[in-house]
Amino acid sequence: MSPIPLKTTALNSVHRELGAKMVDFGGWDMPLHYGSQLAEHLAVRQSVGMFDVSHMCIVDITGNDAKPWLRHLLANDVARLATPGRALYSCMLNPTGGIIDDLIVYANADGSYRMVINAGTTDKDLAWMQQHLAPYQVTLLPRRDLAMIALQGPLATEKLWQAVPGLRALTSDLKPFHSIHWQDWFVARTGYTGEDGFELMLPASAAVTLWRQLYALGVQPTGLGARDTLRLEAGMNLYGQDMDDTTSPLDSGLAWTVDLKDPSRQFIGRTALESHKTNYRLAGLLLLDKGVLRAHQPVDTAAGQGEITSGSFSPTLQRSIALARLPGTIADGTIVQVMVRNKPLAAKVVSYPFVRHGRSLLPTLPSSQET
Amino acid sequence: MTIPSDLKYTETHEWIKMHPDGSVSIGITDHAQDLLGDMVFVENPTPGQHLVAGKECGVVESVKAASDIYAPLSGRVLAVNIDVETSPEQINTDAWGSWLFTLQPDDPAEIDSLLDAEAYRAIAEADHH
Repeated sequence: MSPIPLKTTALNSVHRELGAKMVDFGGWDMPLHYGSQLAEHLAVRQSVGMFDVSHMCIVDITGNDAKPWLRHLLANDVARLATPGRALYSCMLNPTGGIIDDLIVYANADGSYRMVINAGTTDKDLAWMQQHLAPYQVTLLPRRDLAMIALQGPLATEKLWQAVPGLRALTSDLKPFHSIHWQDWFVARTGYTGEDGFELMLPASAAVTLWRQLYALGVQPTGLGARDTLRLEAGMNLYGQDMDDTTSPLDSGLAWTVDLKDPSRQFIGRTALESHKTNYRLAGLLLLDKGVLRAHQPVDTAAGQGEITSGSFSPTLQRSIALARLPGTIADGTIVQVMVRNKPLAAKVVSYPFVRHGRSLLPTLPSSQET
Repeated sequence: MTIPSDLKYTETHEWIKMHPDGSVSIGITDHAQDLLGDMVFVENPTPGQHLVAGKECGVVESVKAASDIYAPLSGRVLAVNIDVETSPEQINTDAWGSWLFTLQPDDPAEIDSLLDAEAYRAIAEADHH
């Protein structure tokens, strides 16, 4: 009943054909699941799944000053992209060190860059970038003409080669976090699941054909529901949930993405970060009691209160896990209390990622406490 | 959508089955499980606990979300379904067969105030706008 019609991707009618449950995702009509979120999650961990992620915005960055501009705009340093095709994960900060968005930027061989930003933040991001163009010689081109399919799971490579034999030679040596251009396609070995796989950016009509080919090869269509539990198990932050304009990379588990090595690189937010002493950190939680951890539940610790930023049931671990912003002195291994519907539940602070390549990274999984 | 005519319903998507001995069993509707998706957790009230009609008495959680269970009638909890607590996914495959708990109503006449299948159908179909 929304007055503004939802935006649709090139694959919208394909999702509907497959019987997807569609939801309004930040103004986009997107598949939540195609029947069972759990089955889709496990398909990605154990074999292969595909996601329509065309709602994310691809931005091409060209011009003589593309590199110095990105070194000014981003907290991570694109000067680290020494080889063509290399990808870099970074935050884009405001002057107070708050996170405007998190993104991936790919370096092209010709000195230009391709950036992928979140769907819900696209308008805000583009306005921010436009506002900070001068005096740099840079042109921004949002690529709404392209669709994006993420193909993820241990069988991703095999299925991609079956569907597109022409990509075999080009991608057989493609390392994680690298990309190649092929005809009018862009193929990156990146993802948001903790599994091997690709993110394919391609013209809308080619995306429909590829999706159908992959489906015929048995690749599981996977919705945004499983995308969220997969990324949580993989310990990857979600913008708007684990961090936003008011939190810095330092209290969002993203200090590793802030590059302070070059003292002459005065990126936006640097001064604030250098004087910012955070009292919080992002930690993993494993629920010991029965129940499900959810965002915004308060966490009681000996050093004060924290809050869950993302929580769910982990289909791989068969118990609930969460990311939580906790007082920085609370070490891994500590038992904390999470208030769930006015009842304190015991959870253990653990390092994350929780799951990589189909396997639990938790050293020992305690047996479920009977209540 | 199939809505059994021998059950009673609430606006909050519980179903109520009446037994010859005057007790009732309570579950969530097929429409409710469809909205919630894959079930992963059930928390029932405690046997012996006295419930007040319309008040929260338990919770079901899917991967996606938590949803409170409201007591359809006032009364005392007789038994809880341990099986469904152990395997919540059976609610997805058989919502009408997956009872959560049984209740001895304080006032059997209260059952008449519950929705019948046709009234519940109107509510469930209104969700599909």
